[in-house]
Formats: sequence, structure tokens, C-alpha cells
Amino acid sequence: MTAKSYARSINLPTENAFKNLQTARRFAIDVGGSLAKLAYTATVHRKTSLVSEESDDDGSLYQVSDTDETIVRLHFVKFETKFIESCLDFIQQQSDATKSPLREKCIKVTGGGGYKYTDLIQEKLGVQVDREDEISCLINGCNFLLKNIPDEVFTYQRHENPEYKFQAVDMNVFPYLLVNIGSGVSFIKVESEDKFERISGTATGGGTFWGLGSLLTKAKTFDDLLNLAEKGDHRNVDMLVKDIYGGAYSTIGLKGDIIASSFGKAARSPRTPSQSEEHNFKEEDLARSLLLSISNDIGQLACLYAKLHSLKKIYFGGYFIRGHPLTMHTITFAINYWTKGEIQPMFLRHEGYLGAIGAFLKGATEEDADKYSWEENFAGSSGLAHPKPSRQVLSTTDSEFDKLEFDRLEKNLLPCPLLLDGDSYLPDTVDLTQDTLAREYWLQCFKDSIEKQEEQAIKSQSTVDGAEKRAGQFKHKYLDRLETLERNPCAYGSLNVRGLLDMRSHCLKEFNFTDPYSQQKQFENEQALKHLPKRLKDLDALDNTEERTFALARGLLAGNVFDWGAKEVAAIMEKGDFNFEDAESKLQDRPWLMDNYDDWMKKRSCSKNYKCCVIFCDNSGADIILGVIPFARDLLKTGTKVILCANSKPTLNDVTFQELSIILRFVSLICPVIGKALSEGKLVAMASGQGSPCLDLRYIDHDLVNKMAQEQTDLIVIEGMGRAIHTNFEAKFKCDCLKAAVLKNRWLAKRLGGEMFSVVFKFEQGTA
Amino acid sequence: MATNKPDYDHLSSSGPKIPPMPWFGMDIGGTLTKLVYFEPCDNVATDDEVETLKTIRHYLTRNIKYGRTGIRDVFLQMNNQMLGGRTGSLHFIRFPTSEMMSFIELAKAKNFPNLADTICATGGGAYKFETDFKQEVNLELHKFDELDCLIKGIHYIDRNNLDCECYFWKNPGDPKLAEKTPFDFRDPYPYLVVNIGSGVSFLTVRGPSDYKRVSGTSLGGGTFLGLCCLLTGCETFEEAINLAADGDSTKVDKLVKDIYGGDYTSSKFKLPGDIVASSFGQMNLKDKRELASREDIAKATLTTITNNVGSIARMCAVTEKIERVVFVGNFLRVNTISMKLLAYAMEFWSNGSMKALFLEHEGYFGAMGCLMEYIRSGHHLNGLPNGSR
Repeated sequence: MTAKSYARSINLPTENAFKNLQTARRFAIDVGGSLAKLAYTATVHRKTSLVSEESDDDGSLYQVSDTDETIVRLHFVKFETKFIESCLDFIQQQSDATKSPLREKCIKVTGGGGYKYTDLIQEKLGVQVDREDEISCLINGCNFLLKNIPDEVFTYQRHENPEYKFQAVDMNVFPYLLVNIGSGVSFIKVESEDKFERISGTATGGGTFWGLGSLLTKAKTFDDLLNLAEKGDHRNVDMLVKDIYGGAYSTIGLKGDIIASSFGKAARSPRTPSQSEEHNFKEEDLARSLLLSISNDIGQLACLYAKLHSLKKIYFGGYFIRGHPLTMHTITFAINYWTKGEIQPMFLRHEGYLGAIGAFLKGATEEDADKYSWEENFAGSSGLAHPKPSRQVLSTTDSEFDKLEFDRLEKNLLPCPLLLDGDSYLPDTVDLTQDTLAREYWLQCFKDSIEKQEEQAIKSQSTVDGAEKRAGQFKHKYLDRLETLERNPCAYGSLNVRGLLDMRSHCLKEFNFTDPYSQQKQFENEQALKHLPKRLKDLDALDNTEERTFALARGLLAGNVFDWGAKEVAAIMEKGDFNFEDAESKLQDRPWLMDNYDDWMKKRSCSKNYKCCVIFCDNSGADIILGVIPFARDLLKTGTKVILCANSKPTLNDVTFQELSIILRFVSLICPVIGKALSEGKLVAMASGQGSPCLDLRYIDHDLVNKMAQEQTDLIVIEGMGRAIHTNFEAKFKCDCLKAAVLKNRWLAKRLGGEMFSVVFKFEQGTA
Repeated sequence: MATNKPDYDHLSSSGPKIPPMPWFGMDIGGTLTKLVYFEPCDNVATDDEVETLKTIRHYLTRNIKYGRTGIRDVFLQMNNQMLGGRTGSLHFIRFPTSEMMSFIELAKAKNFPNLADTICATGGGAYKFETDFKQEVNLELHKFDELDCLIKGIHYIDRNNLDCECYFWKNPGDPKLAEKTPFDFRDPYPYLVVNIGSGVSFLTVRGPSDYKRVSGTSLGGGTFLGLCCLLTGCETFEEAINLAADGDSTKVDKLVKDIYGGDYTSSKFKLPGDIVASSFGQMNLKDKRELASREDIAKATLTTITNNVGSIARMCAVTEKIERVVFVGNFLRVNTISMKLLAYAMEFWSNGSMKALFLEHEGYFGAMGCLMEYIRSGHHLNGLPNGSR
């Protein structure tokens, strides 16, 4: 069904915009003067893989089968308020008598436009309208984003690289000043979740810009006006200090370029009352002058309020900003000017949704936003606007709709307690927004690998209908996202390899490819298990501690060579008959590219052993079974407890917690050391809480966090490129830490000064 | 009491030797140039002086209009003033800064250079036109700091105006009851000066020469006139003010009730429905634009600028813990709408704790201060580096 049937709509791709309406519950809507934002929660049902031990007779160790997975997702859709009627119609259409998405019989409504549409909403949807206070929704939504969404907050500096600087999630959110610039402006002081106050407002806001701009120029829309402003030069309209002084007014520190009187040059002088050409100001210049005067004015007032209330953080939001670079630039300029650079104004990636998020949360007490962690679904969320807004290709896709989706994670995720400084920790090693060369390489690299991913996705569901079509959709979606990032690297927050990998996973999942490598992993786990007895025997034959320690370290690295995520290695592995010894032979000889092995050796041969070691594992197959498990076994033998951590959710060929648990049970049949440790609880497998090939130690499963602390963990081992190179390479810990990885990307290896298969073996003693 | 009286103007007749006549103070602003002239009438003049004064009287003090645009504000004239040991009258004259070159031409034509070799000026134009004065009429411009002059001028005129200089608006929110009421400003400190010229400066004043510029905004009188010229096609400030007087800004602005249907009420706060939520907030709509007259637009422009100045003034006053706010500058000339708005806003938003004050000589304080600086430092002038004090 297309929306063409609705007289009032202009070819709305409504189905694309309002996803999962059949299972939607709990609606909220924020109706602004120009834009409306609909919020709802829906359950998304999709297939995922289930591994189970109930073996068939085919000799396989475990079975991989399909299972249904249900996730809770928050949906937010932005559309122009003038389409509200057709949107309401569409929602109503989707709900038949039995499966009404509106079973709560009430909808939360907020926003200035809300009262106008109360009757319409009531009539169209047949539900009760609960009005919620606009400002308290705004604050609710703002707090939610500040506390939950990484890279939500950024500062903007037009002439810097990168222009956008994203801020880590700040656990100490309060107090702050929120300046919401809609048609008018509200200044809201927020001191805690419940304590906030609108300390003032001004009528000179977005409506003034639009209204005066409409009088001064022929621009039809707000964005037209901004486009004009982008091209204009205010100095033709404004009276600058130097126009009055001939230069700077230095005794009070006013530079010549400072605007003394906005529109001052437009004031007609009696000398030339009728020489019309003199008064023929360009629309672009007038728009620019207008934008600057309003931005400066709001910035000045914001600074005065911040100063008066001793607030150091100022967030800007509202229709006026909407991520427009020029507007953010003028606001930043004003705040820098008035605070002499002491305060950097901050913007929110999702500022347009504050009210809708807040209204939704108010109606969703049982959703208990605070008890869960939330993840932004990159496949379903629109990025920030492109810095150069002139580019407008519309109508065929869902680009008329700005969307945002958050997935509810099953567990609450917490920062890793072993981090030396959790507040300043950032997982990512390279900021691709800043590093242009690296960005270009990686964006191209991920583009190039799309077809392989598509192929793998189809292969993994060869018997399932529509796999090819869905894989094609995946390809299209991911390509679209990568192209968005090419245009604005900051569209989804700080850009890094982790984000690119996660985005790919999200896009795959969006089209029901939750675990494309499930069979591959199964096969490799089985193969590796067959080689484990010999591997253990060979290791045990080394009675010299030094030799054995080195063999274990080399084994850990050799195992890490097996990685389907690495293009070049995947090509080798595809040919088959690539074994563990081959992998060992590929490894760089010592001294390694980064080589703290001697320190590690010294530590292992001293009499004091570790209490507990946490290992973040990487790949299935040889990596976990022939590399990590023997390494862990050696630690167990010296009395160290070992926590093996695997991803909670599948991605690439990374071993999952489910798989790891089964693998360990089989290993315990082969190896009594492992068996005993498992039964005594000295060896445990735990879910990391993550579903990424990288590792973000800010968001770890809370059970794991507790366990780490409880067992007095004094060694952390992070394995693999994703977890130890792309992320955490610079991370510092309270306890000893070993980061081990093999560089399986030629470009990256070169960049780090090495070759393909160079080894990073970074051992650092705890600093606390 | 007399001994405690602060010396506002530092003008003691026993001070340094006074400079030669004529005594002018000029404040060259972005839009208007203000001129204060002291005309002695104590009959102690030397022969030279008599000639000079005669020439000036012939042109300046016998007329009230000069050229197309120069005007002498006769009603502001202050008689019986003692300055630098002389008695006389202060005359207040203004003309658009855009006419500066004509002024210089005029000075040349009237043979002014033969009467004086220096002229004292403040304001931005003192810098901008310095070379013009030198080249065209061989006059040295002696520059004095704008803010110094402003404060000194305020103190002198407030103290020496025999009619009441300082006043406030009683019942400013009620058009029928609003009433200009004298205010005793003899013990002024601390106070905030808001000087609304083309742009706006905010100064805290805590003592005769203890002042600080705490803020400024580019949205001032120049913005009002500039926007009005663009939007209504008007040509002068007076015309813009007259348009505004007949306008209704609610046809242009978006009020709280236009958004919420009435008052905005929540558990946290309340906004009355009649408050402006967004200045010009209705003008993005074509049909509303067609309904708005030139007068309505002029009124909206005036209230937008005025309210904004009021907001910043109030914030500065709160931050600086000051309760008296003195509004000066030529934006307030013939502009009772803005004065009442400012008076009302100050009172309303501060719950009555803050007071908006106004001065009769609105825009002339800088020029007055400049004249005083000239007299004070008079005979040293030529020996001093230009522009220093």
C-alpha cells in the first residue's frame, strides 16, 4: 500500500517511515509548529541462530538452528506537521480491531502544536489524549540522551578539523542550561532529574528569524533562508565597529570587525533618500545579518543566564538549530565571544526528538528506561544533516523522514571496573573524523567488502526464501550509510572502525541476517576441537617454562590469524587446508612490531601468580580453541582463576557466549584440567554484553562487572585486532594488561610501521 | 553636606588655565553627531573672543535649523551655567553623521578654522574623521574617550539642570495612567547606564569615575531604523517612530496564546497568553503578512529591539546587583513607546525591585563630557599626545 491514496499527502513513503506498527504500543507525539515527532515502542521479531548440544547423528558437536528473537525497539519519526492527518490515517489503517496498536487507548501528546490537534488525534485514532507539559518532556528526553547515548553531545567549530567534536557520555550530567530555540527561546536550568526551572525566555528566536526573513527576502522556507544566509555577507548590512571608528575601539577591546549595529547600514541617511540603488541590499546579505544578530543575541543571553546561575554547561536545541552547521557556527561564535572562550556550547545529535522521547518515557513507566541500556540502531536512524545543505535529492526514498531507533538491550551495561580512568576512557584508537587518510581507506575498504558480506549472508540462508532480496537490501542500506559518512563523517557521531563494523552488523540484522557465519563457526569449531588433544600434548611436552610460555604466546597469536573479518586472510582460508602450523609460520619473528614479551615472560616466571584473569576472546575455531584455551589452561595450572568473555550477540565469526559454553564442555571432555576448573568454578565463561567485533569497555554486562570485582581480577587479556588495536590500544588499566593481536590488514600494518602478520604483544603492568 | 558633595565634573575655576574660546564638545556617533556649545554671556570676553563669539552666534545660536538636517534642540538649552570660571548657556545641536563632510565644508565656508585650531571630539567618528578635519580645514581633532565623556556628561547635566533632568514612568503599563515623574538622582551610585545609540552599551557606574562597560549588543537604534527602512520604506527615525505609534504588533508577533490557545500553564511555571512568544513569529505565513500594515511592522520592530535591550539590561543589573538602570541615547528621543516598555518590563520582571530611569538630555551626554574634558585639560592640549588624557 502506498500513501498515494491519501489526498493530503504528497507521496509519503509511509510504510518506510512508520515501521513495525503492527506490534507498536504506547504512542507519544510531540507536535511542533512545523515538525511533528511520533514516538512508539514496538517489538521486532526476527530469526537468529540458536546453538544447542542435542546432536543429530551426523557427528557434529552441536546444532545450529533458527530461533525467534524479540527485541524491544523505540521508534521515533519526524515529519512535517502539515502531514499529520495522513500520518494519523496511516497509523489507524494499520490497526485492525483485533490487533490495535493503540490498545493502551491513550496517547501522550506534547508540544506547542499539540492543543490544536487534540481533537484530530482523538477523532482519528479513537484514543484519549493525555497532554504532557512541554518543558518537562524536553528535559526528560534530554536527560535520557545525555545519560544513554554515546556521542550524543558535540561541540562545533567551523574551521577546525574535525568540525564536530563528540563528547563522552557524562555520568555527571547536572547541572546544565538548556537553551531551546523554537519560535521563541526558553532558558531552562536543570539541576537534577526532577529539579528544573525555566529561568527565562526571549521572543527573539527561530520565529523571528523566519518571520523577519520572510519580510526581508523572498525565501519561502526556513531552509531557503538559511541557504541564503550561507551565501551572504553581513558586512554590507551591519554597521561594524570599524565603520564607526575607522578601525578597532581598542580601549574597550572591541575589534574592528565586531558588529556595532545590526542592520545599521540599512538605516537610511537623509543625504541619499531617493537613490534607490544604495538601498538595494542583497537578500543573501540581509539573511546573513539576520541570522547573526539573532544567534548573537541568544548567545549573549545564554551566557548571562549561565553566569548568573553558575552553570558551566550550555546545551542548545530546538527547531532553529536542527544541526545546521551555519547556525551552530554562529551560536558557537557568540558563546565563545561572550565567555571569552570559557564555555563551549554543546549540541545534541538528536535534539529534535527531546520532546518526543520525554513524552514517550512519561507514558512508559513500566519501560523503565533507567533499568536498561539502549543502543542506537544505525540501520534505522538518520544521520545528521550534511554540512552543505544545498544538496537536496528527495522524494523517492525515506529521506523526507528523519528517523531514530533505539534497541533495548536485555541487560544493563556498566563501565569496566578495571579501567584506570573510566571517565576519560575512549575505546577508539583512531578518530576517522580527524584522520582523513584513514577515513578514506576504511570507508573504501568497507565498501569493497560489501559484496563478500552479501554473498556470505545469502550463503548462510541458502534455504530460506527471499534471502537474496534481503541481502540486496542490506547492501543498499549499508552503501547508503557509507555514502552518508563520506559526505559527513560525523553524521553518526565520532567515526571510527568500530562504528563502521557495528553499522554493518545493524544493517545485516535489519534484514534478518543476525548470524551469517553460524555454519562457518560451527565447522571451524569442530575442526579445531579435533586438533586440540595434539596441541595440548605438544605443549605439555615442553617442560621448560620459558619454552612453554613462548609457545603459548605464539599459539595465542597464531590462533588470531584465523579471521573471516580480515579480507586477505579470508582469501587464504577460502582455499581450505590452512592449518594452525601454517598460521604460526605466517607470524612475524621476534622482535615483534610491539614487543613486551620479555616483561610478560618475567612476570610469568616469577613466583607470584595472578588471582584472576579476564580474557576477552575474539574468533571461533582455532583462535578460541587452539590459541586461547591452552593459554587459559596454563594460567589455571598456576592457580589463576580465568573468566573467558565472549560476545552476547553474534557478529562475524566472533565466538559467542552460547558457542563458548558448548565448546568448553567439549574441551572438558578432552582436557581434565579444563574439566576440573569448570566444575570448580575456577574457569567460567561469561557474556561480555557486546555484539561487536570491537570492545567498548564502557558498556559491559553488569554480571561480568560484578564478577571481575568479586574475583579481584589482576590481569586482563584483550585479544584480536578489533578489541586490542582498533579499540583499547591506548587503554590503561588498574591491573596488568596484555593486548595481543596479529595485524591482518596490510594498510594498517604499514601505517603502524610493520608488515602483514606483524605482531602486537603489548604487556603493561597495572598503574594502580 | 556641601563638603561631602562629590565633585562630579572636576571643573574647578581655580584649576588649570582655561582654553581659548570657542568651547565645543562633539560626539560623532555611528548615526548622529551631537554637538554641545558653550556660549558665554558674562561680558568678560577679550576682543578676539568677542569677534569669534559673534561669528558663531551669527550662524549657530541664532538659528535652530542648519541645512536640511541639522537641528538645535532649543528646549534642552541650559542657561546660567558656570563652566571653567565662565557663565553662559549650553546649546545642544545634532546632525546626521552621514552629513559630516557637509559639516566640514560648512566650517570651511564659515571660516571656522580662523576661530580655532583644535576641536574636541569623542565617539567613533573622532577617529574616523580625524584626517578629514585635518586635510579639509586644518583642524586638529582632540579625541577623548567616549565612555569617560558619557559618564562625566551624565553627572554634570544631572546636577546642573535646573529643571529636573532625571525622571521615571509611573504606571508605565497603563496608557491612561502612565506619567512622567521626576526622580531625585543626587545620590546615584551604583547604577547601570544603558546607552542606546546605533548599538547599545551597558556600563556599571559605582562612583564619579568608577565605571565599567559590562556588555553591549548590536541590536540597537541602528537596527530599529535599518529594519524599519527596509520593511516599511520609511526614511527617518521620526517617521519610523510615528508609524510605530499607530501600529499593532500582535498582528506580527506570535503570542503565547497563538501557540497554546491561552495561557501556558504547567506545574513549574506559567506564561500569560498575551506575552509575545516569538517576535515576528507570524510573518513566515503569507496570509498573515498580507494582513500586517507598515505601522504594525514598525511597532513590532520597535518592541522587539526595546524588549531585547530591556532583557539584557535586566540581566546585567541582576548580575551586577544593581537596582537603578538609567537609559540614555538618541534611540529614546521622541520615543515614549520604548521608554514605557522598558519601564514596564524592568518593573514586571524584577517584581518591582528594579527601576528604569531616564534623562532629558538623552543623547547629549557624550558631547557634554567632551566639552568638559576640553575645558579641563584645555591649555595643556597642544602639549599632550593626541587622544591621551
